[in-house]
Amino acid sequence: MQRKAVALVSGGLDSMLAVRVIQEQGIHVEGINFFTGFCVEGHTHAIRKRDRKKPKRNNALWVAEQLGIKLHIIDIVEEYKEVVFNPKYGYGAHLNPCLDCKIFMVRKAKEWMESHGFDFIITGEVVGQRPKSQRKDTLPVVQRDSGIGDLLLRPLCAKNLPPTLPEREGWVDREKLYDFSGRTRKPQMALARRFGIEDYAQPAGGCCFLTDEQYSVKLADLWRARGAKQYEMDDIMLLKVGRHIRPAPHFKLIVSREEGEGRFLQGYRGRYPSLKTVSHAGPLALIDGEVNDEELALAARIVARYSQGKSASEVELEFRDTQGDTRLLKVAPLPPHELNPEWML
Amino acid sequence: MSRYTLDCRRLLCPMPVIRVQDRVAELQPGDELEAICTDPGALNDIPAWCRINGHRVLEAGERDGEYVVRLRVGGET
Repeated sequence: MQRKAVALVSGGLDSMLAVRVIQEQGIHVEGINFFTGFCVEGHTHAIRKRDRKKPKRNNALWVAEQLGIKLHIIDIVEEYKEVVFNPKYGYGAHLNPCLDCKIFMVRKAKEWMESHGFDFIITGEVVGQRPKSQRKDTLPVVQRDSGIGDLLLRPLCAKNLPPTLPEREGWVDREKLYDFSGRTRKPQMALARRFGIEDYAQPAGGCCFLTDEQYSVKLADLWRARGAKQYEMDDIMLLKVGRHIRPAPHFKLIVSREEGEGRFLQGYRGRYPSLKTVSHAGPLALIDGEVNDEELALAARIVARYSQGKSASEVELEFRDTQGDTRLLKVAPLPPHELNPEWML
Repeated sequence: MSRYTLDCRRLLCPMPVIRVQDRVAELQPGDELEAICTDPGALNDIPAWCRINGHRVLEAGERDGEYVVRLRVGGET
């Protein structure tokens, strides 16, 4: 009877190698990939022109195709919020709830495994690789809290861990698994060479925006401004786009940095009032929060400061409300020394 | 065989793929599905998803400023 494993596939090298190691043992493997809304690839390359030069591939799909496995992409945006809001094991250096995230994903993979008749789960985890979620003392926590127990096999570091059920039952040969540990990438790169894998994604700082300091600052600011930890899909996508400038606690501006972002922000003009320079080429900005006329004028001066009219005595902008009604404003662009650095998120 | 259309406009990668995946799961082998997208990444991602999951891409390209992928559902999803 051919055993079946479901692999957590991120699109990076480690999960790719883990799948290949298990495939070599005659196990049928299918991949599962979770979309949290914070995934780095995806949204970003579609927005900014400079990112369009990068390969427009979804790495998880690409990896699955290289491995010849099916990939199931699961939307967990709504359920994932609880992980972000209240991580039992806390955040990492920024707003990254890495250990809770791994527990959650393994639990979801377990549900999938059970409903699809698979036998066990594999991941590309390596003991000691990550400061929070891949430590010798936290790997068992993932098994315990997710409920997967010893049906979770980590092929790249299995020899450093107690034998799992697939090993004890002989579904896989433990001797053909690996004993990688620590932060070095050399063993993975050597194994990749052995498998003839030359092209793979090497995301700096992981594949999640929550590990990014600047992004975490903007998310924390959003929660402060709303008075509660909450977000919708549109909120977390907008945090990835433009300059975020908060001149006052009750409103902020999202100012496009280039044409691609401007086009993207246009799609939100029905939800947020906006400003666009008309006398000079310049950005589109969304206004998140209620503003009075004085604050609107300040917002217009800030937006004008990022237009080609930044040195002009006057710049004309179109203000558009969420109903599509417009009016023109004429303002003097804000001089650089009046732009408070503390406003910049 | 039936033909269906799926509106994936304004969705960014990988949401168009997820929508296509979930819609295809409801269709029968041989059915055709046309996904209309605004994220150019869909032109790579949806065909890649089709290839690994056994569906046939009939068309993938730009049409009137939008990105269209038309596929035929394979024997298994």
